[in-house]
Amino acid sequence: MKTEILLGDEAVALGAIHAGLTAAYSYPGTPASEIMEYLIKAAARTKSFVASWSVNEKVAYEEALGVSFAGKRALVSMKHVGLNVAADPFMNSALTGANGGLVVVVADDPSMHSSQNEQDSRYYAQFAQVICFEPSNHQEAYNMTRLAFDLSEALGLPVMIRLVTRLSHSRSSVQPSEPRGQNELRHGLSRDWTLLPVNARRRFRVLLDKQAQMAELSEGSVFNALELNLKNRAFGVIASGIAYNYVKENTREMKNPPSTLKISTYPIPEKMVGRLFDHVKTVLVAEEGYPFIERTVRGLFGVSGKTLSGKLSGHLPLSGELSPDIVRSALGLKPLEKFDLGGFKPAARPPQLCAGCPHADTFNALNKALKDFPERNVFSDIGCYTLGAYPPYNAVQTCVCMGASVSMAKGGAEAGIHPSIAVIGDSTFGHSGLTPLLEAAAADTAMTVFILDNSTVAMTGGQPSYASGERLLRMIEGLGVAKEHIRVIGPLPKNLEKNARIIKEEIEHRGLSVIVAARECLEEAKKKRRRG
Amino acid sequence: MKQDIILAGVGGQGIISIAFVIASAALEEGLEVKQAEVHGMSQRGGAVQSHLRLSRERIWSDLIPRGEADLVLSVEPLEALRYLDFLRSDGIIIASRTPFVNIPDYPETESVLAGIEAIPRHLVIDSEKLAKEAGFSRTQNMVMLGAASGYLQVSEENLTKFVQVLFARHGENVVTSNLKAFALGKAAAAARSVPATGGENRGGG
Repeated sequence: MKTEILLGDEAVALGAIHAGLTAAYSYPGTPASEIMEYLIKAAARTKSFVASWSVNEKVAYEEALGVSFAGKRALVSMKHVGLNVAADPFMNSALTGANGGLVVVVADDPSMHSSQNEQDSRYYAQFAQVICFEPSNHQEAYNMTRLAFDLSEALGLPVMIRLVTRLSHSRSSVQPSEPRGQNELRHGLSRDWTLLPVNARRRFRVLLDKQAQMAELSEGSVFNALELNLKNRAFGVIASGIAYNYVKENTREMKNPPSTLKISTYPIPEKMVGRLFDHVKTVLVAEEGYPFIERTVRGLFGVSGKTLSGKLSGHLPLSGELSPDIVRSALGLKPLEKFDLGGFKPAARPPQLCAGCPHADTFNALNKALKDFPERNVFSDIGCYTLGAYPPYNAVQTCVCMGASVSMAKGGAEAGIHPSIAVIGDSTFGHSGLTPLLEAAAADTAMTVFILDNSTVAMTGGQPSYASGERLLRMIEGLGVAKEHIRVIGPLPKNLEKNARIIKEEIEHRGLSVIVAARECLEEAKKKRRRG
Repeated sequence: MKQDIILAGVGGQGIISIAFVIASAALEEGLEVKQAEVHGMSQRGGAVQSHLRLSRERIWSDLIPRGEADLVLSVEPLEALRYLDFLRSDGIIIASRTPFVNIPDYPETESVLAGIEAIPRHLVIDSEKLAKEAGFSRTQNMVMLGAASGYLQVSEENLTKFVQVLFARHGENVVTSNLKAFALGKAAAAARSVPATGGENRGGG
């Protein structure tokens, strides 16, 4: 088959298609979005499988689990924090097991390029006690995804693929292999999939009994490789995923390079680690994310007679992504000669709302209405509108996780904050805002919820929203919000005075109000015009 | 043979399009390619960059080590300066002279240009003027690609081929103005001389 140049995300997507995928689900989130973008385009072309954005990651995971129950192959993809949302079905799917191949792809974001934390998903794989692959390049991303489906069916367990931003959003060539067909429909066994305590205890035993087999699989994995340099008994490196590339980038020209253990399949291959330690005195662990391997290898008391360096020893940073330069210095090599900046530091250019963005008009009206309320707090959520925290708006004071604006505004109001205001986008509202609003409506909490309806998931590139337009208004009413306190404003510069007045009226209402600021995302409107 | 290129600009200026054209041309010529790019929040009017690596041999890192870039190609002058520490001491910087001002503390344009001109091997191009001349102000990225074409390790023929592929779905007019932008950028660069390096001839221009 023809070589293709693909993003890391796309290599995973193509691997899944060629593995005989029946259905894939996801919720948009950087750096994982391009997996589903690719699948949706391919599904539209071939019409041979389902690829669909879900309302949130938990729903996506459960949809995939349903496909697996039916004996067919399913992929579910998300960013790292999305797995927090899907943690419930993920953890339990290790007990139900997989009937058809079930592969969960999680893209971590070290350095938090577009995220609120840099949690490391390998801990989730360990937590659920399932196999995890961590590709170091695009070809591996493709090959591992194909193999992950095979292993999932052989072990009867979900398999995780952990990506990081630099691989997700880097392009390189991939040589695909022959695609295979989909599975036939074959229901899962009720006694395995009904996690009543009596079944769950048995299923947990089954999961525990598979651990030894998984450890053997990892020792024999083609993606784990020990390269011993017989002439260097002093220094060795354990490197996982793309950190392996940074090591090779720097050691390829060394006369006496360190022995290297590449780990790209978990559980950690203990015997291979042991063989490296038998060979050398000092071992550096280079891994993207938390010191997962390093902490395991170090244990409480370290490795007797050996020196271990990495993130815990301070040779590599505990936060932020690695780079060839950072790894170079941890390897003890001199920095490359580079251009002298002479202390020059260019002005920072942070991301910002686009010129003419409807959110800007909403924030201007909100700031105007709140001028006389120094005790106010605006709880924000995850989306483009979080950029309202920056000048010139300085309009929002919190951003925690999907849907938290509504729940936190309720808690804040109950603690005595007034006005207590939530700002949430239409898709984020669909993702996790409905349940807290249901509660606030039942309690008629004195708070004001802004739903910024721009009809799309703008930050991640314009995916469809489930909670927009007329449907959104019907949903708000259906949750029990009083009709006279559901207000719709048009966020435009010419409506500034009118909008500020409406906002003020609702703030003064000592009960729940919902204000929908409805205007389409400019970027999306432009895209539509270009498409004609 | 290898070439490491940092592409720079502001979100929305078409950095990924430049990367697509060079990477596709390189693949066509049988080279290994790795190209790291920026998606998501950082794209929204913020600084964006792409690391593009071409080589006859295996490429390990997706990111270019600091001090190893042969070329910084930027559609915006301030953004060109942001990645100077990636540039080799004998590397070349090719930048637009058209500032994209969306921050309150944007420095004086003259001081930014002076910063670029302090690099021994530099080329400053009036991409705004040339893009207008090409008939479409959004083609500044293709002006800059054209300006850099003589310094790239891929052929002009393959570059223009993928400019056509990239814009084909937008219709013939868009393709024509982008090709014109490329040609104008190339001509502007050819009219200027850049000091050669001491050692091997790294560029084709």
